[in-house]
Amino acid sequence: MTSPTNVAVTTPTFDDAVARYEPVIGLETHVELGTASKMFCGCSTVFGAEPNTQVCPTCLGLPGSLPVVNEAAVRFAVMIGLALNCSISPWCRFARKNYFYPDMPKNFQISQYDEPLCENGWLDLEVAGKIHRIGITRVHMEEDTGKSLHVGGASGRIHGATHSLVDYNRAGIPLVEIVTEPDIRSPEVARAYVDELRELCRALTVSDVRMEQGSLRCDANVSLRPRSAPGEPAAPYGTRSETKNLNSLRSVERAVRYEIVRQAGRLDAGLRVVQETRHFDEASGTTSSGRSKEEATDYRYFPEPDLTPLALTHEYVDAVRATIPELPAQRRARLSVDHGFSPAEIVNMRNAGVLDLVEQTVMAGAAADAARKWWLNELARRAADAGVAPTGLAIGPAEVARIAELVAAGALTDALARKVIDGVLAGEGSPDEVVAGRGLKLVSDGGALAEAVDAAIAAQPAIADKVRAGKVNAVGPLVGAVMKAMKGQADANATRKLLLERLNA
Amino acid sequence: MTDVSRFSAARTAAAIAAGELSALEVTQAALDRIAKVDDRINAFLHVDVDGAVAAARGVDRRRAAGERLGPLAGVPLALKDVFAARGMPTTCGSRMLEGWRPPYDATVVAKLRAAGVVIIGKANMDEFAMGSSTENSAYGPTRNPWDTDRIPGGSSGGSAAAVAAFETPVSIGTDTGGSIRQPAAVCGLVGVKPTYGGVSRYGLVAFSSSLDQAGPLARTVTDAALLHAAIAGHDPLDTTSIELPVPGVVAAAASRDLRGVRIGVVRELSGDGYDIGVRARFSDALEVLVGLGAEVIEVSCPHFVYALPAYYLIAPSECSSNLARFDAMRFGLRIGDDGEAGAEEVMTRTRGAGFGAEVKRRIMLGTYALSSGYYDAYYGQAQKVRTLISQDFAAAYERVDVLASPTTPTVAFRLGEKVDDPVAMYLSDLCTIPSNLAGGPAMSLPVGLADGLPVGFQIMAPTFADDRLYQVGGALEAALDAARGHPLLDDAPQL
Repeated sequence: MTSPTNVAVTTPTFDDAVARYEPVIGLETHVELGTASKMFCGCSTVFGAEPNTQVCPTCLGLPGSLPVVNEAAVRFAVMIGLALNCSISPWCRFARKNYFYPDMPKNFQISQYDEPLCENGWLDLEVAGKIHRIGITRVHMEEDTGKSLHVGGASGRIHGATHSLVDYNRAGIPLVEIVTEPDIRSPEVARAYVDELRELCRALTVSDVRMEQGSLRCDANVSLRPRSAPGEPAAPYGTRSETKNLNSLRSVERAVRYEIVRQAGRLDAGLRVVQETRHFDEASGTTSSGRSKEEATDYRYFPEPDLTPLALTHEYVDAVRATIPELPAQRRARLSVDHGFSPAEIVNMRNAGVLDLVEQTVMAGAAADAARKWWLNELARRAADAGVAPTGLAIGPAEVARIAELVAAGALTDALARKVIDGVLAGEGSPDEVVAGRGLKLVSDGGALAEAVDAAIAAQPAIADKVRAGKVNAVGPLVGAVMKAMKGQADANATRKLLLERLNA
Repeated sequence: MTDVSRFSAARTAAAIAAGELSALEVTQAALDRIAKVDDRINAFLHVDVDGAVAAARGVDRRRAAGERLGPLAGVPLALKDVFAARGMPTTCGSRMLEGWRPPYDATVVAKLRAAGVVIIGKANMDEFAMGSSTENSAYGPTRNPWDTDRIPGGSSGGSAAAVAAFETPVSIGTDTGGSIRQPAAVCGLVGVKPTYGGVSRYGLVAFSSSLDQAGPLARTVTDAALLHAAIAGHDPLDTTSIELPVPGVVAAAASRDLRGVRIGVVRELSGDGYDIGVRARFSDALEVLVGLGAEVIEVSCPHFVYALPAYYLIAPSECSSNLARFDAMRFGLRIGDDGEAGAEEVMTRTRGAGFGAEVKRRIMLGTYALSSGYYDAYYGQAQKVRTLISQDFAAAYERVDVLASPTTPTVAFRLGEKVDDPVAMYLSDLCTIPSNLAGGPAMSLPVGLADGLPVGFQIMAPTFADDRLYQVGGALEAALDAARGHPLLDDAPQL
């Protein structure tokens, strides 16, 4: 048999790889639930505390300690299951997953094995105008491990470290693991799935889903199989690799993309893909081999004897169902139908953190497009400049709605509206108060405008003559001069009309 | 002068409540007795002189303040060293926990303290409660006060010997496959395994979570009932604990009425493997029960013969996982941390050096039984047997109120006699294991001597009907004591 070292592996381009091989991708996502206390004890879950200050006999696994299930965690897991269209098991058990590791206090993790809480659901995604339905195999509950810190080596990795420290604050934080069917076929859809799942959890307020803090972590299972010709049966799944702990949307996409070309290269060279776990390196954008699953630990799962089975009644599940708010997909559909927003606009507003604000502004009376424009183009930028979230600005939906109303009524130009925003942000009062206080009302009649018009004609006689001679379009510079003299407060249409009257044009 | 050490717990507490004795005097008497005899018995791994004196003084202060004391206030107690208790080490009879002082109290301990019980110290045991002779303790075997060349039973051998040697009137043990009842039987004591879930397991270092149950050891049925009532009850920290009122065990112990009670003798728990003397005392006791108005019939529990093999799959399986936490990382022993060895190497060295042979044997058995590909054949199959045994019990209880058998097939054997033959040792628990597998309560009480050594009589009852044990046990004890003219333990040699 050929050993890998004797074979030259050339990596194809991504397009070349996917032209010949069909990627088969399944994702396992761990979401830390935002409960106040841990999964099986009363310790706090707040992120960032001094190491080993949020611990007790139970989450340290001290001899004699016992777990007690956190009801809020169960409720959150049921919410996720329902939102993913899963069936909720009326009776299920926790199981012990046995393996030794210093950050695992008991050297087993309380998880679920063959009796998950939620099963057989799906999540619909829209990517480039196409709907993808991703099957959800299961959603189960488990406890997080502690966090190892390897000291003395390069970049915090265990290799080369002189010693390790363990922080057990994270040990026992409730997690759900959400496992998809191998339904994903591209890196973009993989990314979109995680993005949508994150939005879903955020809408349910069951987690803060901060990938950079590890409260949402993703493992990607990737395999390739030859593309079959139309009409032919699909080839069986290839051997998969599992790339662990992807901690950003971008990493999910890049890691999957890298695995596709890496595996294609091996297959092209006649090598097999090794079933193994791999680590993704952000800096290089590549994955490297972790431990091989083929010689992996036997986890010796068995039902957790320290916990009674979880038996959820219909009434309980229905009560939880009643608390589920509007989900991101429903919301997008509604925003599209009610307000005419396009999917791209919704994504932009969401990413800018102004979607809720836009909706509230519309509810306060603004036109949808104006609300979107003001928040997305103007206020999001100001928030960014001030280093705050848009919700943290000193101007809210009611004020923005009033400004949009004044613009729509012709009482303010966009330029004047920006000055009104300045005033509101500076604490000068409501938009109407700022307009009055700063004297920003648009001028369309009266002596001041007439004086400015006469002055402009007098200052530029040549242009005035052209207009008098019938070249109506030449009036522009005169309008500009008037606007300048009026410091932007003149109504452009009224100014133009008055100029033409004076020039008998 | 009366020897306070020979008082029952009930009498001790009554004397303290009446002001005839101070709790401090009682505690001092227990400490003196321990100082006098325990070098021959080795019942205690740790004697908490300061803690005991402080607890006794607390009881005396409360009495002086006019507070009404509970029925066990001021009573000294030996606590099996498998419970976490502040202020004392917890070793589980293992080197693995050398030097560990738990930062918290087990629920049983908290309840004992609240009841004014004076915890004298920690009692010796088979390492991590695995054994039937207390020879598996890393701190030397405990000896049977009836004959110090013989074993006191196990795993709660220290708890039993402390009470049989009159070091304390009562003690707490744990029973996973008979570890309270078998020591009670061979030491001539009353020992009770409550219904699974009747007593909180929070703070009890787990051997086999689905089988472990704490319970009392005492010299009288009434004392056992008082202690049972003190430690029982729902605990929100243990989700396997029962949310039902504690059965009326104290009243049942005093009822003395057996008219119409149907007692089933389990056919499968008798016969060839049982000592002639054990069988004779068992039959005598049945006759006494009939004389008290009970009806005795034979019943069959056909799956009980599979109880022992099922137990030796389930208990090791759970233990292999429960004992994984002893890894030198956070508490207890750490061996070979020389600055070079990695965490895995230190874990391996520590576990290799810290666990004794029997514990390692069971960890390996359990690891094997849970392994992928073997799970269904071993662990899964054993769970099915467990269901069948529960069904046998249920069928029997349709015909009878309680079941009876000898507690152990033999009287106390000699130290060293079975240490090299694990299976012979395991057979000590033949009669006690079915109750652990099915969860129902069971009691052993002394019914006489064979070859000068105590014989235990086991009563089993349906789950939650712990009071029936005390009803039958209390009546039988009273009749036997009356016939003999004194309690059985008076026949034990003086230490």
